[in-house]
Parts: sequence; structure tokens; C-alpha cells
Amino acid sequence: MSVLAQETPTRGTRLQLHGLLPPRSAERYEDFLSLYGRAPRSTAEDLLLAVEQSGLAGRGGAGFPTSRKLRAVRAGRRAVVVANGTEGEPASHKDKVLMRLNPHLVIDGALLAAEVVCARRVILAVGRDGDAASVMQAAIDARPDAGAIELTTVPERFVAGEESALVHHINGGEAKPTYASQRVFEAGVGGRPTLVANVETLANLALLARHGTEWFRSTGTEAEPGSVLATVGGCVRMPGVIEAPIGTGVSELLARCGGLTEPAQAYLIGGYSGAWVPADDRLMLSNASLASSGGSLGARALVVLGEGSCGVLETARVIAYMAGQSAEQCGPCVFGLRTLAARMSVIARVQPGAAEAYGHLSRLHRQIARRGACAHPDGVLRFAASATQVFAEEFSAHLAGRCTAHSHAPVLPVPTSRGDWR
Amino acid sequence: MLASNSLMNADWYLMRASGVVSLILLTATFVMGIATFRRWRPGKQPRFVTASLHRSVALLSVLFVGAHVLSAVVDPDAVLGLVAVVVPFTAGRSALWVGLGSLSIDLIAVVIVTSLLRARIGARAWRAIHWAAYASWPLALAHSFGTGTDASSLWLRAVGISCVAAVGSAVVWRVGAPRAKHLEPTVVTP
Amino acid sequence: MSKSMRLSVDPIRCDAYGHCAELLPELIELDEWGYPMIADEAVPEQLRAAAQTAVAACPRLALRLTREASRRAARTAA
Repeated sequence: MSVLAQETPTRGTRLQLHGLLPPRSAERYEDFLSLYGRAPRSTAEDLLLAVEQSGLAGRGGAGFPTSRKLRAVRAGRRAVVVANGTEGEPASHKDKVLMRLNPHLVIDGALLAAEVVCARRVILAVGRDGDAASVMQAAIDARPDAGAIELTTVPERFVAGEESALVHHINGGEAKPTYASQRVFEAGVGGRPTLVANVETLANLALLARHGTEWFRSTGTEAEPGSVLATVGGCVRMPGVIEAPIGTGVSELLARCGGLTEPAQAYLIGGYSGAWVPADDRLMLSNASLASSGGSLGARALVVLGEGSCGVLETARVIAYMAGQSAEQCGPCVFGLRTLAARMSVIARVQPGAAEAYGHLSRLHRQIARRGACAHPDGVLRFAASATQVFAEEFSAHLAGRCTAHSHAPVLPVPTSRGDWR
Repeated sequence: MLASNSLMNADWYLMRASGVVSLILLTATFVMGIATFRRWRPGKQPRFVTASLHRSVALLSVLFVGAHVLSAVVDPDAVLGLVAVVVPFTAGRSALWVGLGSLSIDLIAVVIVTSLLRARIGARAWRAIHWAAYASWPLALAHSFGTGTDASSLWLRAVGISCVAAVGSAVVWRVGAPRAKHLEPTVVTP
Repeated sequence: MSKSMRLSVDPIRCDAYGHCAELLPELIELDEWGYPMIADEAVPEQLRAAAQTAVAACPRLALRLTREASRRAARTAA
């Protein structure tokens, strides 16, 4: 898959102020400094205030206000910062691209967050596969101020990046979510208040420290300020990672990816725990715009499904994958998702019993919803429910005995490597 | 003279009998524990009945173990001080075999107390200690074979062998349990 | 005025023994795989004792009776 580094749209005074993706190579520390300079010294309180006024929300998918998270951890003692670059979502590559192209911005963000919460430890977590670990380690080694950052690699599992799973792994356990009575911001790594923040969120923190709140709020929308990284895949000519202001039209996004290779029927937005929405290039990359179609930004993994593909088949494939990604700790998740995958498979394959399987779906939904220790099963339910709505016609066709798609070639990436949990 | 002799005899018989019954009850407790784990239900009875039975039989065995220990302490022939009851291998005579019994009692006591206070000590601690129950039974068995003058009698051996068979079957039953919350990684792709 | 109590189950600890549903069928039923589905309502006064029995009887100590709604419910509702 090709990777694009897109320049931030230039706007008046923002000409020399670079965004998340650098306009040219910034992997070497000297090159990074010549582009971005050093973050000006400021107090933790000032930086915290800037974050608050900026309206920065988490970029990992949950969209939680960053200033609130920072304040909560700062209230504790001997905090720990965990920079989350694990990106277990197969349809998302933005964190890997960000770390490869701008490792020092991420490191700066992590160090700044550590100052704000008075952290004693800074841990950077990345997935085991790929070159993220070596790139980040090289970047850490190349600068005098990052010596204390601990790099840790995490198994390539979908739920391994969930905050309690990540903390559990760092504490020596499996990368599986836990059901502790305390959230990680109260007791996480080593029992200490822990800030788990996505690497893109931290990179934004580093930009905020340099360019200020006004700069940050000069793009995006009033309710959702700033720019985001979005991964675009599916039937576009040049799939890749794009940096764009929140509120950018999907049409512009698709144009920057070289346009469509075939007419689109639907978009999957938010990755495999996100939702399908009917294809409509008047949609904009914002929660406000997507909400009307039942979607939300999430981690901004956008996959375009062409008209020739089968939405039911793609959904069934992903649900099978997601069922296999269960941490196998909670009965409703293990058995519920597996049953859901089996039912969807029968429907997708247009097998006898498809009608009965379809009728079973709502009962399955009730038996799975909110009964796991983490949000994994609920994400799958959301994804499945959106499919039954958006692909209602295709479902009817399957139940009537035929699939109307021209191509059954896989569109949504489904990794086959399984890896372990430690 | 004769009266105190009869008392001593009675006490001796009580000690022997309560010992044998204790072993049988401890065996039953062991089997009921495994039955609880294996979700066994007698007929159409609810499954919590099995767990309840396990608890009841355990408490009953405590009673009989208590009677066994008390009669052993009271028996002048047995020469068993109270200390030796709880501190293993400190009895004068047959220190080894009696000591095994003492060790078994210690473990049983810990298991019983922690089970009664389960909600207080938390699931993980309770579970770790409950595994000690597995050790208490073979200790009780060894103790029963090593002590006493009719250790080689046929009926006691028959009881012992039956208990071993019951526990052996229960262990196999336990080990053969399917992995919980696990499904074979069959790939359900269209 | 007594505070409202709620039942919740730790889904990781729970191993589908099913004792809770047997002891408190008014509030707990089992899904098709044997795991407890707890009614999303406060435990009424007359069922308090039964609820406490069910909590004590769980072989895995997975069932809990707490003063407020389980925070997990809020978290996984996303």
C-alpha cells in the first residue's frame, strides 16, 4: 500500500507552521529541528490551559477531551505516561505513518505530556510487527532528552491497544483487557496514575506547545477543532494516510487519493468497530456530519466499498476476524461473537438456513451487548448492525437466494497472523 | 480398674472409628468439590445443590476429624500432646505418621477458615489456598495407613482402596475438563 | 432511606456455573451459553437477602452487589 505524506492546507499565517506530517524528511533530529524548532519552555499549568482552550480531543478513536485526561492523571502522584502507538486496527495505518515520518514530534509530545502530569516514567508502546520499534528506538537514541523513554513492543492483536490491556501487558501480564474497579488514570502501570494517550494526540500536544491555541483552532470546526490523520483505503487509486482538517469533505479526501476506481456504495468509517454509512461524498470528516448517517470519526480509518463488491460478504469476513480476536475472557464475547460470525457466514454464502440465521441476529445482539469486560463485542455489534441497515437490499437478496455483487475479492484487510498475548 | 480399662477401650475405638469416618468424609468432600467444578447435578436438582453438598460434607468431616483428634489426645496410650496435633512431626511415638495427620489437619483448617471468610480475603487468595486441599487428602490417607494397630487389617485396606479409587476417578474427571471460554480456532470465513 | 443496590457480574471471573440464576431467577437469567444476564434495575428490598446468598454462592466470586451502577456498564456502552 502506498503511503502519502500530504501537506497541511496552507492558510495565511500558517504557511511556515507545519502540521503532523512534515513537508520533507524529518526523521533525523537535526532535520526535525530545522522544520519545527524546539518547543518553547512553559509551565505545566500554561500548557494544560492551552490544551483546554484548544479543545484537543483524543485521536485514538474514543475522542475523549485531552485536557480532562491530563488533569485527572496530574491529580495523582508519580504518574506514568504511555504513548500508545500500537494501532491494532487493520484498516488504520496513521500511527505507523506518523511514527515513521515524524518520530520526534511524537517523542516531544510524550515528553511534554510527562511534564504536564509530573510523570516519573514515559513508555512508548508499539506493535511488534513492522519497523515502528526500530524507527522509534533510533529516534530516542538520537536525542539527548529522550534517554528515559522506555520502548516496549506489544502483540499484534486487535484488543492489545485497549488501555487496560496495554497497561496489563506493561505490568507483565497478557495484553488482554482487565476488569479492575479503577480506571488506568487512577491506577495503571505499577499501580500508578497512568495517562494512556494515542501518539497522534501527543504529536498534537507538541504542535500546540509550538504554534499555540489560535493556530490549532484555525482549522477544523468550532465544535471539533484541529486536523486529523485519516487512513483511506478500498476502491481509491492511491490509498494512504492523509492529514486534513476536521470537517474536510469526503469528496476532497477521495480526490487527494486519486479518486475512485469504481463508483462507491458505502464507506466504512471508524474501522472494524465503527460503522458503515451509505456512500455520499457530501459527507464531511466530522462527528457532526457523520452522526446523521449513524457513523462517527473514531480513529478515522475510512474504507470505500465499491458497487461491485458485496457488503454482506465483507462484513461477514471482518466479523469472523473480530471473533477470532477475542481475548477469550468473557463468555458472551467468546461464544457470542463466534455464533454471530457463523450466522453471518451462512448469510454471506447464501446457504440454506440463511433466513433463520438472519432472524437470530437480534437475539444475539441482546445477548452480547454490554456484557464483556471491554468494548470489543460492542464494537462488533455496532459494525454488524450498521451493515444490516446500509446493506439491507443486499441482505434481502442473500436471504432470497442470490448475491448481486460482481466481485468477491476481499476489500477490507483481514490479517492472518495470530501471535500470542505476551 | 476394669471401668477405666473399658473407658480407655471405648476411647480407642472412638479414635479408630472417627478416623475411618473422617477419611471417608474427606474423600466425599474431595469428590463433591470436583463435582462442583464439573457442573454436575444430581438428576434435575439445581447445580448449587452440589456446591452446597460439598460445603456441608466438608463441615461434617471437620466434626469427625475433631472427634478423632480429641479422642487421640485424651487416650493415654496414644501419647499425643495437643501441640503435636497442630505442629507436625513433634509427637513422641510414630512421629512421622502422626505428623502427616497433623499436617493434613493444618491444611484442612486453613482451607475451612479461608472458605468461611471467602468474601473477605478475595477470590484470588481463596483460590490459591484452596489448592492446598489437594495436598491434605493424600496426607490423611498416608496417616491412616501408617498409624494404628490394625493398619494392615483387611477391612481398613478395603476402605482405603475405595477412597483411593474415588479420589483417583475424581482427579481424572477434573483433569479431563474442557478448557473454559475457548473455542478451537476454526476459521469461519465465507 | 436505603440506597439502591445493584447486581453486577465480573465477566472475566464468571465461568457460567449458573448458581446465581438458580438462586435469584427473578433478576438473573442465563443466555444460551450459560452466562448470567442481570436485570438492569435496582435490587428490590424483598430480594436483598436472596441477592446476598447468590453473591456468596458464586464459586468464582464473580457476582457483586454494589451501591451504585457498575462503572463497567458506562464504559462498554460506547
